Amino acid sequence: MTAPVTTRSARAEAALAALETVRDPELDEPITSLGFVVSCAVSAAGDAQVRLRLPTYFCAPNFAYLMVADAYDAVSALPGVRRAEVVLEDHFASDVINDGVAAQAGFVQTFDGEAVSELHGLRADFLRKAVMAGTDQVCRPLLAAGKDPAALLAMTLGELPPSRALDRLRGRRADLGLPAGDDAALVIDPVTGERVTADAMPLHLRKARLTRVSIEANSGICRGMLRHRYNNTLGEGETPPPDDSGEH
Amino acid sequence: MYEKNGEKYFVVDSHMHFWDASPENWVQGAEQYAKGWIECFHAYQSLGPAETHQSIEEFQKVSEEQLMREEFDEGHVDVAILQSTYLREWYKDGFNTAAQNGHLVEQHPDKFIVNCRFDPRDGDAGMREFEAEVEKWHPKGIKLYTAEWNGDSRGFKLSDPECYRFLERAQELGIKNVHVHKGPTIWPLDKDAFDVSDIDHCATDFPDLNFIIEHVGLPRIEDFCFMATQEPNVYAGLSVVIGGLMHARPYFFNKVMGELLFWVGEDKMTFGSDYGIWEPKWQIEGFVDWEMPDREEYAEFPKLGVAGKKKILGLNAAALYGIEVPAEYQLPAEAGTPGAHEVLGEGSPQPVAGA
Repeated sequence: MTAPVTTRSARAEAALAALETVRDPELDEPITSLGFVVSCAVSAAGDAQVRLRLPTYFCAPNFAYLMVADAYDAVSALPGVRRAEVVLEDHFASDVINDGVAAQAGFVQTFDGEAVSELHGLRADFLRKAVMAGTDQVCRPLLAAGKDPAALLAMTLGELPPSRALDRLRGRRADLGLPAGDDAALVIDPVTGERVTADAMPLHLRKARLTRVSIEANSGICRGMLRHRYNNTLGEGETPPPDDSGEH
Repeated sequence: MYEKNGEKYFVVDSHMHFWDASPENWVQGAEQYAKGWIECFHAYQSLGPAETHQSIEEFQKVSEEQLMREEFDEGHVDVAILQSTYLREWYKDGFNTAAQNGHLVEQHPDKFIVNCRFDPRDGDAGMREFEAEVEKWHPKGIKLYTAEWNGDSRGFKLSDPECYRFLERAQELGIKNVHVHKGPTIWPLDKDAFDVSDIDHCATDFPDLNFIIEHVGLPRIEDFCFMATQEPNVYAGLSVVIGGLMHARPYFFNKVMGELLFWVGEDKMTFGSDYGIWEPKWQIEGFVDWEMPDREEYAEFPKLGVAGKKKILGLNAAALYGIEVPAEYQLPAEAGTPGAHEVLGEGSPQPVAGA
């Protein structure tokens, strides 16, 4: 694959790389590959300017806020950046979110009277869903290769061959403070971190599969709507999903 | 009705609309929301076949003549259930009110059923309005949109005490079916507005009401499915699943249908075109032609046969609404594919429902 010719500066490259660490919490994918980054520039003086877009005018404001705030934090933390501005465009709460993030006001203060807590709980809920989906991603090939579900019970993460899916699962588990090392159990309850029991295993694996289908189907719908909304113009760092054509 | 390969399908479009989102109907000062809302719907339409796409102007408001043609003359639908969504904060005369919908029922009483709605935040005045509309239209069903804005409020939960008061009254007035549609906002905003646990409580507390979860709880299919296996009176409304995935994302359509057939089962799934977003014609024809691919990755999913398709396209909704189905469209005997509560069997750690 040849890389497209780009005139992005090294500073902007660094900012874009920082934005790749920011995920849509619902879809568990980077905002860059989803096409949510309209532009990303950093001046010689260190002023960063990021513009974001979403699939609809009415995307959930709590997730929108998290993405804008996370983008702000990621770009602000870069050594060459002295000031960052992140602007969400074309959203019903654009002004509120942009002002709140710029002032580093937090969610409750930003949506004064409309929220009672910050978004840590929401984020954790969706990390748990990502752990479930990630469990299916790493277990499905084992099951397809003939492993018995009961055999997965005794396995640890360290016994799996290296893969991006495994790295991702470890990352999400670590974000939640759950065991993620080589000696950690492969299949755990994403709330307690406990190894799943034999009785609970069949249902757990089915839930993992369903959670992954749900997230991936939503991602497909969101990408389709974004494409329509912005006339097929690609975002910075946007990549088509691996199975966009329909089959794995 | 639709006929294919000698099989006759009675079609109930259990979730469709006759809306007016034209600029003339936008509330002054709230134009950006009225515009954003209909543009969002229009983006969904882009997930259907290209030859069915409309300009935004046409999409904002179709004529009665066009609706009749696309639903019945071309669209194979026998009975269409008009859902009412008011959104009066954004649309002067409402987005599609029972009165607007009722006009169609008066013109074509054999073709339409109109569902009413309530907003628990409207208090006693809202209750009186609801009662009057039920008295006028005699609906068997209602539609609740939990993310509707109302003054400073960005939404409600079905489990709110005030909502229970309305549901109790609805039941007294003869309502049997509650269609629920989740949206992106609710109070408080830090919670997941798409969460379906409030419906879970309601379904337990109102065992004689049926809850049809439109768009199968999208984007929370997993939460919806876990709930639906536990609640015998919860149904999967397939609007958006067929319209939004079958053409645009056939691979995920297979998977989502497989999951729904597994967790919910074909006896509790209902077709809805979501017209005016998508026309029923291509959805019904494609759905009848659709088969789960015969490949290893789909092997765990139940298959869907002709009998199941007949149930989903019309017979299930006909049973919920007491619609008379001519003998030639009925199934000769009970046959079908079991849902999760039967597949998981004994020893399942989840409470089982249904059978």
